[in-house]
Amino acid sequence: MRQSSTLVLTIALTLLAAIMLAIVPLPDWSRAFRPEWVLLVLIYWSMALPAMVGVGVAWSVGLLMDVMEGSLIGQHALGFAVTVYVVLHLYQRIRAFPLAQQAAAVTLLLIPYMSVSLWVLGMSGHSPGAWRYWAPLLTSALVWPVVFPVLRSLRRRATRF
Amino acid sequence: MLIAYPIQYLVDLPSSAGHWASDKLGTHASLIAEIERLREEHLQLKTRLLTYESLEGENARLRGLLASAERFREHRILVAELLSIDMDPFRQKVVINKGETQGVYEGQPILDANGVMGQVTDVDPVSATAILISDPSHAIPVQINRNGVRTLAVGTGQADRLVLPHIPANTDILAGDVASTSGLGGLYPSDYPVAEITEVKRLPGEPFARVSARPLARLDRAREVLLVWWDLDPGGDIAPEGDSHSGAGTEERERAGTPGITSETMAVRTGPLRPADRPEETGR
Repeated sequence: MRQSSTLVLTIALTLLAAIMLAIVPLPDWSRAFRPEWVLLVLIYWSMALPAMVGVGVAWSVGLLMDVMEGSLIGQHALGFAVTVYVVLHLYQRIRAFPLAQQAAAVTLLLIPYMSVSLWVLGMSGHSPGAWRYWAPLLTSALVWPVVFPVLRSLRRRATRF
Repeated sequence: MLIAYPIQYLVDLPSSAGHWASDKLGTHASLIAEIERLREEHLQLKTRLLTYESLEGENARLRGLLASAERFREHRILVAELLSIDMDPFRQKVVINKGETQGVYEGQPILDANGVMGQVTDVDPVSATAILISDPSHAIPVQINRNGVRTLAVGTGQADRLVLPHIPANTDILAGDVASTSGLGGLYPSDYPVAEITEVKRLPGEPFARVSARPLARLDRAREVLLVWWDLDPGGDIAPEGDSHSGAGTEERERAGTPGITSETMAVRTGPLRPADRPEETGR
């Protein structure tokens, strides 16, 4: 019981940190390259603890992100839920990948999320209309080798208690 | 949203703390220089205000001669600060640190020192979200200062560009013209500068000119914005509910005489200068 409450706290805090990273102001030129921090953290937790973090958590966090960023309600929620759903099907395979291959897998996992966002943006008349829209695919894969070990060590520390 | 604000506040904290610290720890010399500069600017503005006041008087007299119902109105203004957080990069939105408790209402115009910035879309207890005039889903009714041509300025998603899509190719419009709010649509007060026309392309074979403009407000750089309480036309039926106002907002409303119809307000209602009292609402 005690162990799981530490774990829940760890998950919540890492998600909070990711949300904060997602809205920290960046210089204009680099805004388009911001990695999808929240989704990376969600992917990690749903991969490591599929029983605790699933589509429901992804959906709720997505709604919070929508409110945070002022995007159309449900845009992030839908994208996150779809991605986590895919992760829940593939987590056993992705877990076994070496880090570099995992990063490549993360890139692929981000594609449905980015496509959903693109559709929603296009339908609400905010079409990005530049290849730069896809830049987070690359930057997210680049930060994954850092995100993964950090989150893993946090998880191990949380489960040891 | 109420849940979002603490997190947004937390993210904003380092930057506002930085501003606070640079104010507190500024050297004596730089503070004196700043005061000097502000004093000079204050003097200049005051001088300009003198002429403005005499012009206002003259304007009122002339309008009196023409028996026109329009008159100058003072607007109540409140300074708000932007939270330095990044919103959705494909929408032009900002969060300000004033909300319902300060009487901010939905649809309220926000300005900076140079021009119109946008309007409030969501109001929370202590913060509010506003859409900028450069958002692709925002349009603002404007008129060209030089000749009074009325049109709409629509956002493009870039902070430095608006487009005016509904200008027939033979309309008299030139690069360098300044477009101000026309006051039609009922959301923005009239005669605030919005944008400067930068480019007019007239393509043979196209019925409309391609007109681009640059917003005069510093949409991507401003840190302080002005919230404006302005009186809609007295008797205007879409006037924001009085209860969302507090303090000076209500007393200003009462001064304008929303409940009691005076002869003046009747004149506005039937006045010849405002044929289109309230066309469609824009910018939602």
